[in-house]
Amino acid sequence: MAESPPIEVRGLVKRYGEITAVDDVDLTVNSGDVFGYLGPNGAGKTTSLRMMLGLIRPSAGSVRLFGRDPQISVTALDGVAGFVEAPSFYPYLSGLDNLKLCQALDGGDNGMATIDEVLEIVELRDRAKDKVKGYSHGMRQRLGIASALLRRPRLLLLDEPATGLDPAGMRDMRMLIRDLGERGITVLLSSHQMNEVEELCNRVAIIRSGRVAYEGSLAELRNRSGVSYRLRTTDDARATDVCAAQPGIEVLATSDAALAFKAENEDAVAALSIALAESGAPVVELTPRQATLEDLFFQLTEGDQRPRATHTKQLIEEPA
Amino acid sequence: MRAGVLTVYRWELRKLRAQKRTYLGLGAAAAVPIIFVIALVTGGGHPNDVAFGKYVHDTGLAVPLVLLLFGSIWLFPLITALVAGDIVASEDRNATLKMILTRSVERHQVFAGKALAAVTYAVLAIAIAGVVALGAGILASGFNPVTTLSGTVVSAPKGLELVGASLLVYLLPILAITCIGLLLSTVFRNSGAAIVGTLMFSLLVQLVGILPGLSGLHPYLLSTQFNAWQGLLRTPADWAPILRSLWVCALYGLPALAAAALVFLRRDVAES
Repeated sequence: MAESPPIEVRGLVKRYGEITAVDDVDLTVNSGDVFGYLGPNGAGKTTSLRMMLGLIRPSAGSVRLFGRDPQISVTALDGVAGFVEAPSFYPYLSGLDNLKLCQALDGGDNGMATIDEVLEIVELRDRAKDKVKGYSHGMRQRLGIASALLRRPRLLLLDEPATGLDPAGMRDMRMLIRDLGERGITVLLSSHQMNEVEELCNRVAIIRSGRVAYEGSLAELRNRSGVSYRLRTTDDARATDVCAAQPGIEVLATSDAALAFKAENEDAVAALSIALAESGAPVVELTPRQATLEDLFFQLTEGDQRPRATHTKQLIEEPA
Repeated sequence: MRAGVLTVYRWELRKLRAQKRTYLGLGAAAAVPIIFVIALVTGGGHPNDVAFGKYVHDTGLAVPLVLLLFGSIWLFPLITALVAGDIVASEDRNATLKMILTRSVERHQVFAGKALAAVTYAVLAIAIAGVVALGAGILASGFNPVTTLSGTVVSAPKGLELVGASLLVYLLPILAITCIGLLLSTVFRNSGAAIVGTLMFSLLVQLVGILPGLSGLHPYLLSTQFNAWQGLLRTPADWAPILRSLWVCALYGLPALAAAALVFLRRDVAES
């Protein structure tokens, strides 16, 4: 029998009085995924993660981690680790003692990673005996990763792990997550950092106002959005009229410098370039531009106005 | 092997050992008897208005008994509340509940470990106060026979046994206060509010005890149970107040403990 997926969320709802923080979320994270969980502040990402870890009760719906319900027993978290919001530790204990506490609550070190091993991975061995209250934000983040790795997880849930880190810390955190993914650990990465998700994740879910606006691979998301083009001709006014009349072409914006359009496919672009030449407005520049994850994120989280404006503005303002 | 209540309990004690407030409470439990004895020795007088007050210069065994009477007003409730009111709320302050509840122990095991640690601390505080009071009292007034409330004189070793038993009976209302502190700590999620709330509850019950026209309530007030140990110091021993203390304290403590457990088991762990 096939093993249940690391995360399977169905119809998940969390209401706080009149407010619905998470609204009918469905989500599947498959084994080996490095899964990006994206959404603006207040979209419901952290609330979803808390329900996945059994920290808060759903108002409706279900969460299954490897087929087990974390609301019923903490045994559902076997093989699962991570943190929501910033990782927290007892400030009056040393980093080492905090890890010993985590290890003890996990049932000792039988079958688990050793504390030395995880301290080495997160490069905290030298400061392990210092009290956590003296740790920087970045060190606490790394200690959070260390405490998660102690469980030798098969599934890691990380909520904004790079928040508050300096550029070097963010780079190190990305390398660590990539490394964990390459070791076969399934990762759910909640993040605001589009480039981080684009760099690390193979699949994403974008959540808006508590609802999943998109779930799937990054490639599918890009394909769905299509390619936009920047066009300059010898006569942009005439080119605008030609584009408007051309089948499969949709003008996105015009300016004195250039024109931006979206095409159904490459054949439509080829036909357009011929039509432009025949109409006496030959092409000076025709540049395709694939939407970035950030563009797609804004499209999905803020509706059609903002992304088109942002993406198109970039297109028509790019220097030739 | 999965971790259980014992693991949580051991780590709760370890956490208590690492916090200053633990030593503040235990330090007060040790310091107050010493200050009391120094005052007795240097002042020369004795507290006439309380049971055993007039014997404090005759035998050191009277000192812990007098201290139990004085301590019941606010000292021991406050010392107890310092940890019981903080032991759950501090997890909210440090946002560490999410850390311990995503390891391999169930919520009820975490709660049980915390409750046991709070009880251990309360027992330790009373034991320290009793032992220090005995030691200081014996140093100041000697290890002499003690006169019971019935007027009979019992030998010093027998008196020592009675003092030990009195401390045990005194623990009943202290444990009830521990449970109330745990409840407030769990509900308020704020150490200060829980500690002050526990102390206020204790003081309010004592105020009810001095209101005229409510004498019928006295046997069932928690404050009255702080005097139940006096039944042991009668000849023959009067067990009625001790037995009543047992169920009255259970009546205060167990529902509070059950409510605290229920809130802890069902609560959402989100940043406040």
